Amino acid sequence: MIRALVIAAIAAALLAPSGAAAATQTEIRIHYSHFDPSIITVPRGVPVTIVLRNDDPIDHEWIVGTAEMHARHRSGTEPVHGSRPTEISIPALSTRATVVTFADAGMLQMICHLPGHEQYGMIGIVRVVP
Amino acid sequence: MRRFLFAFPALILTMLLASTPAFACGGLIGPNGAVLLTRTTTFAGYHNGVEHYVTAFSFAGGGGAFGSLTPLPGVPSDVERGGDWTLQRLIRETAPIKQFAPAARSALTADSVQVLLQKRIDALDVTVLKGGGAAVGEWAKEHGFRLPPDAPEVLDFYAQRSPIFLAAVFDADAAAQRGQNVGDGTPVHITIPTPNPWVPLRILGLGKLSGEPVDADVFLLTDRRPAMLPAADRSHGLFVEHDAAATASLLNDLRADKGMSWIPQDGWLTKLRIAATAGQLTYDLAIDASGQGAPSRIAAGFGTSTPPVVPDDLGLIWPIALAGGYVAAALALLVMRRRQLVTA
Repeated sequence: MIRALVIAAIAAALLAPSGAAAATQTEIRIHYSHFDPSIITVPRGVPVTIVLRNDDPIDHEWIVGTAEMHARHRSGTEPVHGSRPTEISIPALSTRATVVTFADAGMLQMICHLPGHEQYGMIGIVRVVP
Repeated sequence: MRRFLFAFPALILTMLLASTPAFACGGLIGPNGAVLLTRTTTFAGYHNGVEHYVTAFSFAGGGGAFGSLTPLPGVPSDVERGGDWTLQRLIRETAPIKQFAPAARSALTADSVQVLLQKRIDALDVTVLKGGGAAVGEWAKEHGFRLPPDAPEVLDFYAQRSPIFLAAVFDADAAAQRGQNVGDGTPVHITIPTPNPWVPLRILGLGKLSGEPVDADVFLLTDRRPAMLPAADRSHGLFVEHDAAATASLLNDLRADKGMSWIPQDGWLTKLRIAATAGQLTYDLAIDASGQGAPSRIAAGFGTSTPPVVPDDLGLIWPIALAGGYVAAALALLVMRRRQLVTA
């Protein structure tokens, strides 16, 4: 199930227009337990400010990284994130901002690892372009 | 002319679980996110502009607390302990015990939440809330409910039609102290004056993945055969299991239970079974209590859009496909003929 969702998200990212502008500031809205937009394009090697706006009355997470890193988070025990710029907890009805410098070009997944959220479709793609 | 209608969903309640040492039963979500498939029974009724719900919270053993949220079509005028045999009697009526030979006999959008009513019933703390989906969700979270990821959308779905919710927290420790055994239910009777009765069904799928099953019963008692939306068919996972005039013995028995003196003298009993997946269950059950045969699309949760129509019987697809094929072939022949005529 999760694998299918991830594959669908990556496929959507691959099908998205490749000329999409890489932004150094972007906002992701969380609504009804989904990321909007679910695909963002950012430049490599430049600080990118990402604003995460949670419109839901429940807590969410925004965790971005490789498939291996997400595999670790699925069985992780950290209740709250915030010390790493790529791992942010966003309490209900609140906004958080983070600044991330992505070192390598490629596709990363952004996922909420709270129980049931990934299965529900809280998955997105960060496309890092040169 | 007297008009009345009862609707009894078997399990209107559901759903959300306290994050504290939680324990779940009947459709509630377990502490590890697993959904337990036990069936609970709920009775809701409508008579002279007043809707009555009687539902049971079953004690599943263990300790801690668990809770549920139930959307309501209006503000309750009262919440009290339900009768002792209403639910069991209804089940018996539509699934009678088989008789054997004697020798073989056996077994709104709001920024904040307004607390309208609070009551303790046995080991159950009941709170009636008024507020928008986000506000009710925030209240539930603050009170220890662990809301599943689909909760924001589902709470909004209900709050847009009726911003009234009943939150119930079952104290399993108190239940154990009261001597309640596993499986014992605490019936609760909710009285709701409303001109527009409906039975919340979509919330039964809360916290479940799209393909997970939802199994519940809905009983209706009207003074004539009820008009309902959506139609009972396979595409909605809704099936009619009983459809007949209510017997005098049933009505007498119900009337004799605690708080049930409002039961009228006669009626039509319908039992619906919900055997759907959570993904199918995108609707509520609207019932026309006016006798005009026009249940509300809004009350059913369809809004103003057209409800999805899926052929109940796959066999229907072939005649439709054949008919479509004939039409397409006829059109193609016409076009070819025209071209031949033009060329000639």
